[in-house]
Amino acid sequence: MSGAARPVEGEPYLAVEDLTVRFPTADGLVQAVTDLSYSVELGKTLGIVGESGSGKSVSSMAVLGLHDRRSAQITGSIKVAGTEVVGLSESKLRDLRGNAVAMIFQDALAALHPFYKIGKQLVEAYLVHHPQATKREARARAVEMLDRVGIPQPDRRVDQYPHQFSGGMRQRAMIAMGLINDPSLLIADEPTTALDVTVQAQILDLLQDLQREFNSAVVLITHDLGVVAEVADDVLVMYGGRAVEYGTCKQVLTRPEMPYTWGLLSSVPDIGADTGARMIPIPGNPPSLLAPPTGCAFHPRCAHKDKVPGDLCSTTLPELLPGSEGERHVKRCHLADPDAIFAAEVLPEIAPDLVEEPR
Amino acid sequence: MTDETTDVVQDGEVTSFTELVGQTHAAAELKADAEPILTVENLRMYFPIRSSLLKRTIGQVQAVDGVSFVVPKGGSLGLVGESGCGKSTTGQLITRLYKPTGGSMQFEGQDLAQLSNRQMRPLRRDIQMIFQDPYSSLNPRHTVGSIVGTPLRVHDVVPRSKTLARVQELLEVVGLNPEHYNRYPNEFSGGQRQRIGIARALALQPKLMVADEPVSALDVSIQAQVINLLQDIQKEFDVAFLFIAHDLAVVHHFCPEVAVMYLGKIVEIGDRESIYSNAHHPYTQALLSAVPDIKQAVTGERRERIRLTGEVPSPIDPPSGCRFRTRCPIAQEICARHEPPLLQIGKRHKVACHFAGRLGEHPREPLTARLLGVDASGQPDPGASPVTDLVEQPGYADTWFDLDQKTIGRA
Amino acid sequence: MFAFLVKRILSGFLTIMLVSMIVYALFWYGPKSPALQLCVQETNGRCGPTSPRLADYEERLGYNNPVYEEYGKWVKGLVIDRTIMLGKTPYECPAPCLGLSFRDKTLVSEQLKDKFPVTVSLAVGAASLYLLIGVTVGALAARRRGTLADKLLVSSTLVFSSIPYYLVALLSFLLLTLNTSIFPDVAYTPLLDNPAKWASGLLLVWLVMGIFGATSYTRYSRGAMVESLSEDYVRTAKAKGLSARTVVVKHALRSALVPVVTIFGLDFAFLLSGTVFTEQIFDLEGIGKWGLDATYIQDLPVVQATSLVLAVAVVVANIVVDIIYSFLDPRVRLS
Repeated sequence: MSGAARPVEGEPYLAVEDLTVRFPTADGLVQAVTDLSYSVELGKTLGIVGESGSGKSVSSMAVLGLHDRRSAQITGSIKVAGTEVVGLSESKLRDLRGNAVAMIFQDALAALHPFYKIGKQLVEAYLVHHPQATKREARARAVEMLDRVGIPQPDRRVDQYPHQFSGGMRQRAMIAMGLINDPSLLIADEPTTALDVTVQAQILDLLQDLQREFNSAVVLITHDLGVVAEVADDVLVMYGGRAVEYGTCKQVLTRPEMPYTWGLLSSVPDIGADTGARMIPIPGNPPSLLAPPTGCAFHPRCAHKDKVPGDLCSTTLPELLPGSEGERHVKRCHLADPDAIFAAEVLPEIAPDLVEEPR
Repeated sequence: MTDETTDVVQDGEVTSFTELVGQTHAAAELKADAEPILTVENLRMYFPIRSSLLKRTIGQVQAVDGVSFVVPKGGSLGLVGESGCGKSTTGQLITRLYKPTGGSMQFEGQDLAQLSNRQMRPLRRDIQMIFQDPYSSLNPRHTVGSIVGTPLRVHDVVPRSKTLARVQELLEVVGLNPEHYNRYPNEFSGGQRQRIGIARALALQPKLMVADEPVSALDVSIQAQVINLLQDIQKEFDVAFLFIAHDLAVVHHFCPEVAVMYLGKIVEIGDRESIYSNAHHPYTQALLSAVPDIKQAVTGERRERIRLTGEVPSPIDPPSGCRFRTRCPIAQEICARHEPPLLQIGKRHKVACHFAGRLGEHPREPLTARLLGVDASGQPDPGASPVTDLVEQPGYADTWFDLDQKTIGRA
Repeated sequence: MFAFLVKRILSGFLTIMLVSMIVYALFWYGPKSPALQLCVQETNGRCGPTSPRLADYEERLGYNNPVYEEYGKWVKGLVIDRTIMLGKTPYECPAPCLGLSFRDKTLVSEQLKDKFPVTVSLAVGAASLYLLIGVTVGALAARRRGTLADKLLVSSTLVFSSIPYYLVALLSFLLLTLNTSIFPDVAYTPLLDNPAKWASGLLLVWLVMGIFGATSYTRYSRGAMVESLSEDYVRTAKAKGLSARTVVVKHALRSALVPVVTIFGLDFAFLLSGTVFTEQIFDLEGIGKWGLDATYIQDLPVVQATSLVLAVAVVVANIVVDIIYSFLDPRVRLS
């Protein structure tokens, strides 16, 4: 592995603590991310789930220091292999970017430069972190990576432009570019959102294969709980810039304890579902980050706030605390016994066939 | 108008989960005996490709190639498939954004495929379209009132003086604040814009709505709002839907009947049960197995997928025989030689595959050989008598070929 | 790409033909007889719109023949030598023959050879200057978008472009060369005769035109740059760990150049035909001044020639823009 950051034994590779990202604008302060903490170990995948404006992408871009220093106020701590990223100099950040930490984006057509050949873009990514390598070596490496991500005839495709690739092939090329310097941490921002399901399945398989091969830590940002269920070890649910639920994939998806997570689950029909299952939406619209709601940011859309005494939900921000399943599963909600409500009220509506099953 | 729909959206009005549940719908049910409102038969659309210099036609994109289906009155048919399969073109043909190359589209006793644009005009009231992108399908310089009111004025549906009242009524139906008629689209969120698009489509009280990916641009929680709204509208106004989507889960919920398209053809069509729990076409099976499944988290194991290799071939030069054969895990010689006919194999289930069967139970010998008068590898069989009337009919026959019993099934 | 070019050249050719027909027809059917100028000149003013002499001249110059016949002769002259009768004297006009100026009976093509380089020199010098300044400043401003420097720059370009051009040109001519000789005298020397003199003689003109033109190019390129800096692929370039310079120049600027080149192509064509103000003020014998003077006195052959030059310039500029496009954007080249 090259680059400045080296993994420290026993420590998580990426540790984010109390991360807050704000953007001052003419309309006021946009509170994109507030007090966010999470960590990812090598070989593990964290799924960050949320809708547009939840802060999931903003927080991940902060890991690479991609926010404009003049327009973003970042506090808290982001440690990559023990190195503090917040406040790191631009040149040190550059050493990290695309090297120890790589990022792949949604919509590879927009994220790859339309005017340069795929090969040239890969070569550029390789050479910037391997200045001693020759162009010929870099090109060979680019072909090797295209081959590794399953692009047929890589020695020919390397000289093509992004628009000559199909959507799935472009996303593969994007992944090849992200992995060309053997990163230890890969941040994938909605990597399959623009793709067809069969192509999405191919890309998810590929990402998992590559992760096993390189033992890297992966942060997968998505709005799709199904994708999370396929690939993630841990899940972090974000709403209005804050973590609202965080635990292992199994805990969060089978015994969710926060009404927003319930809402996400009930909004997505299951293809194997009983026809009696309902699609229960989350009412209303996502909150404004300029003037977030008081108390719990989710309270204006929450269908369960009647079960919390008084106006606690609208006045007091709930802390991120462990629920009934131990320290590893935390949620931000005032409900006293969310498990019981989920089992008794929500589950019968969204998955009637699952209710009788003993767990 | 329904009061229920409005409550779902307006902020701060949810009182309890039970109430919220009361405003939602379970999966739409099949009305098996409904009359057809739209009968599409052998619909084809070939787009010519012209050379750049002399404008000679040098090829054709076979976007839709012989598609037949029925949309029942007040029901919904889902059209699923991956990008480039021709599902959107099919929708655009029905709304007559293009004139089809061939085939017929019977709607209320008239063949939409034959009508001139002028003859089509009065029918446009009855067939409306909902678009995918709520950001580009509304003119940003027009107020919501004018967007929703324009179809009313163009078609002289209500007296001018009553237009505003009708617009407000429509806004209320789709769950928007009727007082917001003088706002501009950019003042609304994505989900609200999609509601505006629905209100516009609803203004003329259409009998058929073609919804092309109506929720795929929306956030997950908003998707469910819009699907429930469309279900409300369907119940209230008895509108039929041709629901075009790539999201199999949404289609499962909204459509009691589904057609799966691949490269311009329907490969499998049937009721929800037949497609989702009893798929017989390898493409449908691959498509279903590719959908990420939350239940995996429950079981903790990772499901094995059918991995499709390669890419969808070009519709300019589709493969011979079965169009799926280049990526099919069970393809044999016959698949390259003969196109499989869309055979009815259940009461409401048709499949176009020489080796149709449940996952893991595909037959070794082609089922279709005798029908086509060929041997197992697709070579002409001198002793056989091919069935000559293998023309695809829209809808379902009373008899079918039962694959399990190897006999003729009967309704 | 080749087929595309052939198509563009063919349609360009048609455009040029059409323009020449329209100009020809405008004068032929215009309110004043095109023969009037020559008639007045040769009879020392004893010729008016109604005098019989004019009819005589019209007959001799061929204005009584059908219009297509005369236009045909003109077109034919472009490729084949021709003899033109002005009055009673025959004049030899070798191809490409653009006719004879009615005013001084010189060959229009010869004059064009003298005057065209003046205008081209002006245009090329000024355009390179304003493109260079405009794009550089615009790109820098876009990178520092929202800062004080950016705001100052944007408002100063606005102030600059709201001052009338001729005022600036005239004042700088008066103050910087005539009165103070800070700059060398403005004069045209052919490039091949003496390159140093060529440059020094036009330096002030270039600066005035260049700085003036740069104001709008600063705004165009700033806008294009702001847009391309917010593109996904620029974010990707940053995420790869590329230096800020590489990100801005290789990734953002390259795509920002596309809209700038479009505007530049059209601008340049107009620059070639119409440096009228500049030539007038700095007293340079270029195409613009020549064409304007000829229009006043209905010197048809000269007007026809200058509009032909303009049409050719527009067409050529458009084709060049297309070629530059295909270099900048492979999607154009390969589709």
